[in-house]
Amino acid sequence: MSDMTNPPRRRLRLGTIMDHAILIIGVLVMVLPLVMLVQMSSIPDTEIIKTGPSLHFGDQLDDNFEKAMFGATGFSGENAGTRMLMNSLILGIGFAVGKIVIGMMAAYAIVYFRLRFATLAFWVIFTTLLLPLEVRILPSYEVVQNLGMVNTYHGLIIPLIASATATFFFRQFFRSVPEELVEAARIDGAGPVRFFIDILVPLSQTMIAAMFIIMFVFGWNQYLWPTMITTEEGMFTLVRGIKQIVQVLEGNRVPEFGRANLLAIIAVVPPVLIVVFFQSWFVKGLTESDK
Amino acid sequence: MAQVSLNNVQKVYPNGFQALHPTGFEVADGEFVVLVGPSGCGKSTLLRMIAGLEDITDGSLHIGDRVVNHVDPADRDIAMVFQNYALYPHMTVRKNIAYGLQNRKIAKDVIAGKVAEAAEMLNLNDYLDRKPSQLSGGQRQRVAMGRAIVRDPSVFLFDEPLSNLDAKLRNQMRVEIKALQRRLGVTSIYVTHDQVEAMTMADRIIVMNAGRIEQIGTPSEVYHRPASTFVASFMGAPPMNMLPGVAENGAAHLFDLPIADQVAARGEVIVGIRPEDLIPDATGPLAIEVDHIEDLGAHRLLHGALRDARLTVHVSKDVEVAHGPLRVAIKPDAVSVFDVTSGARL
Amino acid sequence: MKKAGFTQAWLPILLLVPQLSIILIFFYWPAAQAVQSSFYLQDPFGFGSTFVGADNYTDLLGNAEYKRIAWFTVIFTVSVTFLSLSLALLLAVKADKVIRGAKGYRTLLMWVYAVAPPVAGFIGLIMFNQSWGPITRTFAALGHDLKIGVNYWDTAGAMIAVSVWKQIPVNFIFFLSGLQSIPRSVREAALIDNRSASSRFWGVTFPLLAPTGFFLLIINITYALFDTFGVIDTLVKGEPGNNPMTLVYKVYVDGFRGNDLGGSSAQSVILMVLVLALTVFQFRMVERRIHYT
Repeated sequence: MSDMTNPPRRRLRLGTIMDHAILIIGVLVMVLPLVMLVQMSSIPDTEIIKTGPSLHFGDQLDDNFEKAMFGATGFSGENAGTRMLMNSLILGIGFAVGKIVIGMMAAYAIVYFRLRFATLAFWVIFTTLLLPLEVRILPSYEVVQNLGMVNTYHGLIIPLIASATATFFFRQFFRSVPEELVEAARIDGAGPVRFFIDILVPLSQTMIAAMFIIMFVFGWNQYLWPTMITTEEGMFTLVRGIKQIVQVLEGNRVPEFGRANLLAIIAVVPPVLIVVFFQSWFVKGLTESDK
Repeated sequence: MAQVSLNNVQKVYPNGFQALHPTGFEVADGEFVVLVGPSGCGKSTLLRMIAGLEDITDGSLHIGDRVVNHVDPADRDIAMVFQNYALYPHMTVRKNIAYGLQNRKIAKDVIAGKVAEAAEMLNLNDYLDRKPSQLSGGQRQRVAMGRAIVRDPSVFLFDEPLSNLDAKLRNQMRVEIKALQRRLGVTSIYVTHDQVEAMTMADRIIVMNAGRIEQIGTPSEVYHRPASTFVASFMGAPPMNMLPGVAENGAAHLFDLPIADQVAARGEVIVGIRPEDLIPDATGPLAIEVDHIEDLGAHRLLHGALRDARLTVHVSKDVEVAHGPLRVAIKPDAVSVFDVTSGARL
Repeated sequence: MKKAGFTQAWLPILLLVPQLSIILIFFYWPAAQAVQSSFYLQDPFGFGSTFVGADNYTDLLGNAEYKRIAWFTVIFTVSVTFLSLSLALLLAVKADKVIRGAKGYRTLLMWVYAVAPPVAGFIGLIMFNQSWGPITRTFAALGHDLKIGVNYWDTAGAMIAVSVWKQIPVNFIFFLSGLQSIPRSVREAALIDNRSASSRFWGVTFPLLAPTGFFLLIINITYALFDTFGVIDTLVKGEPGNNPMTLVYKVYVDGFRGNDLGGSSAQSVILMVLVLALTVFQFRMVERRIHYT
């Protein structure tokens, strides 16, 4: 059928083109800033202060990468990119693993055991969902300070774990596991530990993966808490380091945009790759929370 | 009111899959046509093409005297009842039924009158202000019907509307839908995989398989003179017995017994006999070894072997039966003969 | 709880101990401290503190600057929530509709989810750079001189723009998944019932997205109130000066920089009450929300 004789069809096409146009604009708004970061770190800093971002890609990426990863700055010279990358990984992984392990254990206790104080435990735990760390940030800092945990990894990670999001997710998930499974396991003579390890953990694999991705990104991207709790440069994460980068930019006669941008890119790439690469798990895990 | 005609209509998906081979048929004004076939045979695709929910790759589709290939679904003057009812969960029953009319800028009092009339017809009066989630399956089904009726469409399209109901309700709704269609006299196309629905509701049945039409005919034609082994085994429960036969000298033979004449083919053929066309008869020509009896109350099914072929005999409840040898006769003119390779009727 | 649960007494307690102890030490203790110190006046040199009753609260509520910041927080939250929800909804509806490239669009529109707020703020600093930022240039071409960090409302606009950019992906993901969970046949029924695409959207699709939208509304308000800290801190380069700030930023500035522990704690408590009210409102709405089937 030719389009000439069928006007309704042509209208449809026009609509489709509009749809794509809107989506492409959206994609450009989302992607261009990152392209701009890359472009800026590929040209010399002296060029940036004259022209700003442009369409010209230079050959400085290697140099800037070198500077960002291994060049030491700051007062103690300890917050090189490699060090910050390692700290970010420790925070992201430590936070995700801690949260998942503790959350699974607590959720298992709440869902699968007859517990005297079950209701009380439930409320004590789930009230924490109501108040984000930001609203109790100062007293939390005081507590960590009193415990002598400032500038330590556990001081950085553990207070962040003090909310029950993972516990809540796993509770929801465990409740959706068919009742018959635990009955069958008990008839087969499996105790609670065996049941947890042999049946529940394998069943939760996808859920654990989704949680890990979400929690890793959440931990990696923490800013306010690390800003307060880490004052030694050797403890800085990449995201925490952004603050330092910005202040250094201000101080220099020729701001080192190339180096700064590359650090920003390094701070963005690992979580982005994980989210993009494990997209379906991540989306599923995230949207399940709506239920 | 209108007739629907399809001319060489086909559907090819962008990935190259041919969901529907070129197909043509006509549905007369007021006729009730049932499209039946196993899942994936293309019957739903065909219905959705008529509704305008799927593009027509090639060929032409007329509703009334209009070519509607590129007409929006809302402008085709059709109404559709979906398998899962597709009621709008956020609207009351009243709003669900009225929604299509409101969008056509029909006067409020006219809409109210039509909704009341449909509710009366479908016993929905007490439920008009409820949301779909507060209704039972059968009630939702009625709302879906009501939504279709109030639009006074020229064609009703039904996509397996009863398959989500339990058996008892299904029988009841089957009768209701058919009675309603008779009364309104609206041209209807009904898709189902249930051969009982097809047999009981249709003026004409279209049997489909693998994107092609196998046979078009009245229920009686399709049942008694199936056009292929596929139709023969799909329509009827238990299915038609398929036995190995030989054709020579213008007649078909079943284990040396001549059972059908005027057969032009030569060589091996398939002989099809309905279970109820085999009648226990001490002088019958076929000797069967019965090894399993299913008692269904009103009748019984005898399963057995005829030499090395399996077959089923349907007997009424007052016939004495037992395991072991049984002689049966074949009802005259009740034999179908099919080609071995193509499965087509000979 | 499962009916056929295990009956061991010690194991569940053992399983709960890590979670409970972390929560008690790092959640309840600080929360209680916040409430307590909100009734005290801390000596700035660290020599003890005095009970002052509700003075910290009355001081705050009478403070013009605090009121101004509260107002800005409201404007900021409403703008960020409204803009990021509506833009994400537009993109999700389009991404749900197109057939070609749907997966590519989805990936490219959601990756920003993984960008940390301060990094988003850093990108904003470049986009709005005084001498050569692409957005500054665009506005200059349109006849407006953007002065981020100097002009109050210019800075506010930049904060809102960056916060919206950072939040669109989450909303997009939820809206898309909400759209995809609307039964296909319901949309098809609407296609037959209604020829106008826009009226189909507002009459059928939009109400069916309402539960997702409501959930996101709460998520976005919480985001705008708390998670934008990194965006704001980076955009003002850690020097708030006369720039706009939100209530959470003020808690941080007063408590951490100004050492006004009592006042900062009182602010924390006010925020806690605000969040609690929001949550109660959410629960009440959830009870009334639309259920399918």
